[in-house]
Amino acid sequence: MELTLHVSLGEGSCAKQPMSRKRSYSVLPGFGLTMGYTLTYLSLIVLIPLAALIVRAASMSLDQFWAAAFNPRVMASYRITFGTSLVAALVNSVFGFIVAWSLVRYRFVGRKLLDALIDLPFAIPTAVSGIALTAIYDKNGILGHTLFQWGIKSALSPLGICIALTFISLPFVVRTLQPALEEMDGESEEAAMCLGASRWETFRRVIFPALFPSLLTGFALAFARSLGEYGSVVFISGNLPMKTEITSLLIITKFEQHDHLGATAIAIVMLVASFAILMSINGLQWYLAKKLRG
Amino acid sequence: MWKHTFGWLSLWLVLVTLTGCDGSSQRGEGGVKKVQLLNVSYDPTREFYQEFNESFAAHWKATKNEEVYVEQSHGGAGKQARAVMDGLEADVITLALGYDIDVIAERTKLLPLDWQSKFPKNSAPYSSTIVFLVRKGNPKGIKDWADLEKEGIEIITPNPKTSGGARWNYLAAWGAALAKELGGIEGIRKATPEQRAAADKKARAFIESIFRKVPVLDSGARGATNSFVQRQLGDVLLTWENEAFLALKESGGDQVEVVVPKLSILAEPPVAVVDEYAKKHGTEEIAKAYLEHLYSPQGQQLAAKHFFRPNSAELISTEQMAKFAEVELFQLKDIWGSWAEAQKVHFDDGGIFDQIYQPK
Amino acid sequence: MSVENKHGIQDPLWVRWTLITITIGFVAIFLALPVAIIFAEALKDGWKTYAIALKDPAAWSAIHLTLLVTAISVPVNTLFGLAASWAIAKFEFRGKSLLLTLIDIPFAVSPVISGFIYVLLFGLQGWFGQTLSEWGFKVIFAVPGIVLVTIFVTFPFVARELIPLMQEQGNDEEQAAISLGAKGWQTFFYVTLPNIRWGLLYGVILCNARAMGEFGAVSVVSGSIRGKTATLPLHVEVLYNGFNVPAAFAMASLLALVGLLTLALKTYLEWKVKQQRRELALVNE
Repeated sequence: MELTLHVSLGEGSCAKQPMSRKRSYSVLPGFGLTMGYTLTYLSLIVLIPLAALIVRAASMSLDQFWAAAFNPRVMASYRITFGTSLVAALVNSVFGFIVAWSLVRYRFVGRKLLDALIDLPFAIPTAVSGIALTAIYDKNGILGHTLFQWGIKSALSPLGICIALTFISLPFVVRTLQPALEEMDGESEEAAMCLGASRWETFRRVIFPALFPSLLTGFALAFARSLGEYGSVVFISGNLPMKTEITSLLIITKFEQHDHLGATAIAIVMLVASFAILMSINGLQWYLAKKLRG
Repeated sequence: MWKHTFGWLSLWLVLVTLTGCDGSSQRGEGGVKKVQLLNVSYDPTREFYQEFNESFAAHWKATKNEEVYVEQSHGGAGKQARAVMDGLEADVITLALGYDIDVIAERTKLLPLDWQSKFPKNSAPYSSTIVFLVRKGNPKGIKDWADLEKEGIEIITPNPKTSGGARWNYLAAWGAALAKELGGIEGIRKATPEQRAAADKKARAFIESIFRKVPVLDSGARGATNSFVQRQLGDVLLTWENEAFLALKESGGDQVEVVVPKLSILAEPPVAVVDEYAKKHGTEEIAKAYLEHLYSPQGQQLAAKHFFRPNSAELISTEQMAKFAEVELFQLKDIWGSWAEAQKVHFDDGGIFDQIYQPK
Repeated sequence: MSVENKHGIQDPLWVRWTLITITIGFVAIFLALPVAIIFAEALKDGWKTYAIALKDPAAWSAIHLTLLVTAISVPVNTLFGLAASWAIAKFEFRGKSLLLTLIDIPFAVSPVISGFIYVLLFGLQGWFGQTLSEWGFKVIFAVPGIVLVTIFVTFPFVARELIPLMQEQGNDEEQAAISLGAKGWQTFFYVTLPNIRWGLLYGVILCNARAMGEFGAVSVVSGSIRGKTATLPLHVEVLYNGFNVPAAFAMASLLALVGLLTLALKTYLEWKVKQQRRELALVNE
């Protein structure tokens, strides 16, 4: 399970290598070649296109940028995007925890199958999940039908967006928690129980704190993924400006209206937000590794 | 293990080549040269151009003995215009309104500013209008524009920012409100500035009340039709006349019905050759012939068949024309001098449509 | 239901039952149901939906384009992944974590933005668009643009799988090989590659799944030229927005099938890697 989600390991990983590595790079060949190729490819595919974005943004005056990136319609889209992503990440944190717990600690019929299914959102194209979710939660959908009758608008509403995002980001929490859960040995738990703690207290004070960093990482990953999601949301959301228009759709709309500057400004804001989250995940991982070391 | 990898790789390559084997070769049968044209069009014209392209290919083969294959791209008119400006190399564009083509002419050198005079009838081979599509039996009793003000109904229209049809919807509604206030189209023409200003206020309130009742904004006319018919959203769809009749035909006639209001706007979707791209591809002659074919009897027949109002009605039989209801049609210039002005006032950033969507 | 906790501590029965039920319920509703409905909708009218949908030449062009784009992006990104993980895992140098962060960037960028930045580069109003157009190269609204954008989006997959794996495996075997006189390439092919083969395949499969399914980024650069620049996911959207929802689900089910296959392969490979690790642990004792 550890393979599914390796976040940048940062400083922590270097420390994992035992001492005898010090002389390695002078012995193995190919550093120049592979490094050169890596850097070139990285620049061509990732860095230069991003530079184009930054340069285009820089060509705007601060006023223009501010107006384009923070006008009411755009702000509404930020509220909707960040809000729904947050809700989805929280829901996945709670349920993802339960799912990961059950998958690791219990044995039951169908466990292996369930485990394999967790990665579905990774394997299915977003457009496909988009139309599938719409078919389920729309006014005439098999679940939506009943939900709408109860007054719950599960499509064409922020709730619909939350549902789509929950689907998309589910694997992140589960897959980040699973390795951590598997690594936990029973010793501290047993010790706590021996010392008289109830099961719940053991959980609250021993198990959960140990898992919390991974949970937080999973939450952050789920959140970051949901922010940028497009394909699975646009079919179910309704795309009403100010109400259910997500930021990625707004970027496309601006682009289609030939408002390249507006699209650029919004894209920059989203990039900064995503990078901030990525940085904090890295920081979290580094902190995690430090704790393990010391 | 490498044997397996090699095996899978070859399987993949075989799949790729096999699926690509039809339709993408440039040589027709017998070594006849195959010409390709790209027609960038607005949303609801898919079915029409599918048939028209076959008709044109047959015509061209018969007259010039050349095989021609016309590729289509469809989407909201505004979106398509922007794509052409960004490098989508259309040989011809057939959009929902002249303004989008004007923008291409102004901002790039892809075609001349006087493009509209190159083909007859202002480069519009057919016209259409805006009508309503309602559920069978018309349970909410929507018969005319005023009924859209009723509370408790939901209205489907695409987004005016990206869709040409949506802009026609919007202006048709505005015009209908003006006509109601000022006493018909003549009244609009004769109104004093003060009367007109007062009527505009009422019209704006009308538009606001419409958009308050819109649950979903698709980017193109076809998306809106889909929302109404497939996803069963809304009580009334504002759309092109041709799109409404097509939806009626496709859905089997027992789910929806077409309601034509007494008054509506004359919509003239124009066509143009994108000179620079046509020159680059060497398709100038054939592109021109392609558009001219729209005005030919076959072209006009096909247009009528797909529920567009042909501009050379004399070429069409009376029974075919009978399916088009009588509508009093006003033109854009009756209510708003020019598209450039309408665009600036209503649809550009900060225009009336944006203002309607700002929080109060 | 046999439920033993391998950690030796049993949660009370009601806790286990509740949690398991919630787990199954949650996964069933949120994950299994969407997949099931794709097939249900596609097969609503039986197999003839497939027959009609596949008669459309545009469907075949879409399938062909998707396969082509994947066939290009996956090997290219795999090569990068191998090079990058060799450089990063086998050597020490400053700025390693910066490099790792840079490699992860495409994960942080929304697919829509990914497409957009390529338009900024290659669109007619972009940096290289005018020049390329004059030379007759079409990038945006043509296949090369779609390929580039897909490469961007699937960029990190292979690298991210290989780097930790190679780091864990360390340099011992390679050093041994070199000291025995093997050249660089020989070491790579005969020592490193066999060790990482399952991780490599795993990364390739993930990369593949993502490349075939990419939607947002390709939407921006494709231009939706029916039969030419519509990948299969885009074709699904076009069908869905046309009067053709059953066909949309039929095509979607093809993609879903590939997705399920990916999952199956993935599970198999994970098991293989675990096996390999167990062997490694035994050897290292």
